[in-house]
Amino acid sequence: MKRTMIEAIRDAIDVSMAKNDDVVVFGEDVGYFGGVFRCTQGLQQKYGSDRCFDAPINELGIVGAAIGMAAYGLRPCVEIQFADYVYPGYDQIVSEAARLRYRSNGDFTAPLVIRMPTGGGIFGGQTHSQSPEALFTHVSGLKTIVPSNPYDAKGLLIAAIEDDDPVIFLEPKRLYNGPFDGHHERPVTPWSRHDLGEVPDGHYKLPLGKAAIRRAGSAVTVLAYGTMVHVALAAATEQDIDAEVIDLRSLVPLDIETITDSVQKTGRCVIVHEATLTSGFGAELAALVQQNCFYHLEAPIMRVTGWDTPYPHAQEWDYFPGPARVGRALKSVMEA
Amino acid sequence: MKSTATKDSKKGLRPSVETRAPSSIEPAKEMVEMAERKPLSLYVPEPHCRPGDTPDFSDMEIPAAGTDRRPPIDVDPQEIKDLAYSIIRVLNREGQAVGPWAGTLTDSELLEGLRHMMTLRAFDQRMLMAQRQGKTSFYMQHLGEEAISCAFRRALESGDMNFPTYRQAGLLIAGGYPLEEMMNQIYSNDRDPLHGRQLPIMYSSKEYGFFSISGNLATQYIQAVGWAMASAIKHDTRIAAGWIGDGSTAESDFHAAMVFASTYKAPVVLNIVNNQWAISTFQGIARGGAATFAARGHGFGIAALRVDGNDYLAVHAVAKWAAERARCNLGPTLIEHVTYRAGAHSTSDDPSAYRPKAESDAWPLGDPVLRLKSHLISRGAWSAERHVQAEAEIMETVIAAQKEAEKHGTLHSGGKPSTRDIFEGVYAEMPPHLRLQRQEAGY
Repeated sequence: MKRTMIEAIRDAIDVSMAKNDDVVVFGEDVGYFGGVFRCTQGLQQKYGSDRCFDAPINELGIVGAAIGMAAYGLRPCVEIQFADYVYPGYDQIVSEAARLRYRSNGDFTAPLVIRMPTGGGIFGGQTHSQSPEALFTHVSGLKTIVPSNPYDAKGLLIAAIEDDDPVIFLEPKRLYNGPFDGHHERPVTPWSRHDLGEVPDGHYKLPLGKAAIRRAGSAVTVLAYGTMVHVALAAATEQDIDAEVIDLRSLVPLDIETITDSVQKTGRCVIVHEATLTSGFGAELAALVQQNCFYHLEAPIMRVTGWDTPYPHAQEWDYFPGPARVGRALKSVMEA
Repeated sequence: MKSTATKDSKKGLRPSVETRAPSSIEPAKEMVEMAERKPLSLYVPEPHCRPGDTPDFSDMEIPAAGTDRRPPIDVDPQEIKDLAYSIIRVLNREGQAVGPWAGTLTDSELLEGLRHMMTLRAFDQRMLMAQRQGKTSFYMQHLGEEAISCAFRRALESGDMNFPTYRQAGLLIAGGYPLEEMMNQIYSNDRDPLHGRQLPIMYSSKEYGFFSISGNLATQYIQAVGWAMASAIKHDTRIAAGWIGDGSTAESDFHAAMVFASTYKAPVVLNIVNNQWAISTFQGIARGGAATFAARGHGFGIAALRVDGNDYLAVHAVAKWAAERARCNLGPTLIEHVTYRAGAHSTSDDPSAYRPKAESDAWPLGDPVLRLKSHLISRGAWSAERHVQAEAEIMETVIAAQKEAEKHGTLHSGGKPSTRDIFEGVYAEMPPHLRLQRQEAGY
């Protein structure tokens, strides 16, 4: 059936909780109310308040308690209300969750999922718009996932909950209700009218570490994830460029094979993300592409990203790397 | 302990309350008083004594052994607020166990406790020496604090989980964990259960109820609460115990643990080991002299007790009380163990640079091993001669374990973990990028 991304995420958690009693869900406002984005709506009523409950406003505590529960043998799937709020819990993620298996030689592990709405586009200003994925991809021991549509969101989230290692699950909040392509002046198409809004009932998983080619092409490869997948697709269509758009889905582990095959074929590469430029995940992608595809490259690798500033409020659409900027980058690599 | 502020204010380090303007709604009067105000000054607490001073614990209030009451385990935390300001003690000056916390430990259980503490002390001596001999990079000893982890462990049951810091190896020793395994870890040799990945003494043993030591301070405190919550969610009967030092109660993790433990009434015992010193920083820097560490429980409605950490019987009795309370679903207990770190913080530390050398001798709660020894002698279960003999036997056992461990290598010689081990265990399954890096490293 057709589902929004919110419904797909809720369904993934529902299916996981039904399948395994060890799955517990908590976070700020996630219990009785069902989360500020409604991703956990109805779960407390269905599974009881000891499996889905409200947490104090303490991200350190949410992550730290989840680690303790995971070490006990549960599979916590916790929500950080906005990715911008995760920093008080960062030490617990980096120094504890990510390293527990390693430092104890597998004696203790931390199979937990930390879900967070990420990215801008909702006039959330600097505290409700950030894309901190590179702060997690830099940490060994973590897996970092960014879905771009309801079908993937469900399959990837179930896989993340069943994974034996800590997974950072970033949900592009601008995609919750439709495939936003950066044209903020137009109404967004609802997921009900999109192929990837078709979300099967029941249990299915997508592998963590496999990219998807969203648009086949031969002229240039666009590497994107989350909201930027839809922006890149719009830009390629509008510029009428035969671009191959790859939706990475998983940043760590990374599907380097799909990336390498594509760039070796097209000879050109544009990397798009909403996060800031310097030391962003695009830098890692650019390094890997030049290492694996140097002799196939016809043009310099280009990055289109958020500016190296805090996320502004009123100037949101001057900050957001929309289809016009991505289109210009596509044209420029084609002309190189 | 009396507030350090009293002493400091005599020295004039802290502005007295009289200099502050009383509240007033009369503008004219307020303006006059504003003109009389002095510039602000920052109060930075200082310990009573620094190197060269005569150690002085005279303002530490130590109740006589046996004087604190023992409430029922289902007591309302509000009714025992005084116990967070007292010090629960069992062994008196004569070595007798007195009062309601005297407990029921038998001669043989107490002798076993003595043996655990003596083993830990001998273990520390050998490993400190091994570190000086270059057999390992780092070591942390327990001198003066042996009673806390050794007695606490005996109050728990099989299946319970401790979330320790780096100074609770007594939890392993009193739990029967092999000394040789501890040494293998300290030496990072080819039998190291952690495959050389973790700093010496950062042990891990799920089987022995000992959570992997992080090396980061305070992080495990909230994890203990989470583990305990999980046990409650699963309707299990097991409980958790968290451990933290006086200094690291200042971390936000401490607050998080208290909020979660209090909110969900988690079956957890939260221990604060107040050994007076956080490396070179005295405990006043973490608490400001306003109240005891135990009293932090009050704002959260958590039962809070303060105990003589150098009194094996008192620690055991208080731990047993708190564990039983947790196991009966009555909620968390905060325990402040009052003790003194008689040795250096670690092998990288020199306390003579920041505290008087004789401060340890002046510590008014004595030595935990000597106090239990004297108690056992007063019970007629032990003698000075047998003690000397036991010391020799225990040292022999420790040395034998050390010889076995050293057959498998020490940090810079003999067997060691494989370079391959760097790449294993980061994830359950090695992802492709790590496999490539392992190949690049030649493995």
